[in-house]
Amino acid sequence: MEYKDYYTIMGVERDATQDEIKRAYRRLARKYHPDVSDQPDAEARFKELGEAYEVLKDPEKRTAYDQLGANWRAGQEFNPPPDWDQGFEFHGGGFTGADAEQFSDFFSSLFGQGGFDAGPAAGYGRREFHAHGQDTHAKILIELEDAYHGATKTLTLKHSELGADGRPVIKERMLNVRIPKGVRQGQHIRLAKQGGAGIGSGEAGDLYLEVEFQPHRFYHVEEKDVFVDLPVTPWEAAMGAVISVPTPAGKVELKVPPNSSGGRKLRLKNRGIPAKTPGDLYVVLQIALPKAETEAERSAYAEFKQAFDFNPRTSLGI
Amino acid sequence: MTKNDLLSLIIGEVLDDGMELTLADLCKACQLPAERVIEFVEQGVVEAQGNSPSHWRFQSVSIRRLRCARHLQHDLGINAAGAALALDLLEEVQRLRQKLRRFEQ
Repeated sequence: MEYKDYYTIMGVERDATQDEIKRAYRRLARKYHPDVSDQPDAEARFKELGEAYEVLKDPEKRTAYDQLGANWRAGQEFNPPPDWDQGFEFHGGGFTGADAEQFSDFFSSLFGQGGFDAGPAAGYGRREFHAHGQDTHAKILIELEDAYHGATKTLTLKHSELGADGRPVIKERMLNVRIPKGVRQGQHIRLAKQGGAGIGSGEAGDLYLEVEFQPHRFYHVEEKDVFVDLPVTPWEAAMGAVISVPTPAGKVELKVPPNSSGGRKLRLKNRGIPAKTPGDLYVVLQIALPKAETEAERSAYAEFKQAFDFNPRTSLGI
Repeated sequence: MTKNDLLSLIIGEVLDDGMELTLADLCKACQLPAERVIEFVEQGVVEAQGNSPSHWRFQSVSIRRLRCARHLQHDLGINAAGAALALDLLEEVQRLRQKLRRFEQ
């Protein structure tokens, strides 16, 4: 197990006051909150921060932690000395953290897992208890193409359960889920009775999957509409052309009208994400300019210049 | 045979815009007591159609907003009005980030 340096995680000195610790926590929590931050490791950082704060905000735990000494370095192999917590009394069942089962091994070796909700099972034998299981939430990443055709995805979900010895264990379970055609970013798919287990004869809760699209190399999605940038040659844009355009449902032929300017949006009706009223696919023209490298190419540009009386800078007044 | 073949296929139900949730649906999906949801409605975290809590109907996007508001309240000590503001700003930031990514490509 690795030693965790809670002071470094919080970015405070070892002699920081409780107020400083609280302020540091608030500042970092805003920065790394998974609902706020777009940093990929935000969730891990936020959990680590929560764990550090759980220890440092509580004078009892902080004193016990400090007692381990200041010579440990983060990541160093660590085993708590057998009598390390002698003489300490932790109130409130060890600790009071809400999501304590997600804390590190380092944390639980020091402070135990006392906050883990043993649930009504702790009172078993006295009276029967039935309750609905909790509804649970997870994200599912899908490809844009899956929304066009529907798909089957296997996802692995982790959850913690009480093991035979009464300690929480992380369990994995695999689910095979049908992704229906027409789902969109941010929608939820409700899987009945796939959530937390019920207690007694209570039914299991539901599992809600929030749909998220993998970023695509060339499509981007706004609600039901899909956008793709399409490079065209200057002569295709000027003279009009029929061009092949990729769509998530396969290639289609698109008619580019003559004298199209760069940035022009052409709409392919109903070729967005399928639905009762399907979305549209927008093709945004990007005029690509070929380099003049050979003699022939340079003279073609020269002829171009001859033929046009064209000043693109009239709007700048020059 | 791989392990996947042994798993039965689970077919869920998509909560789309056309589907409307009642106050009870929303409380259940977000694991919040009705009083908290009502407070969030009053502070504009989510919008309800209808004139009294028993007639309220919500769009499914409310699930995400309510859960996010609950996290912000719990983790950052923000009140309901602040969470509503944070959510609106977060959505705006997300929209702008998306736009920016397009231009940076």
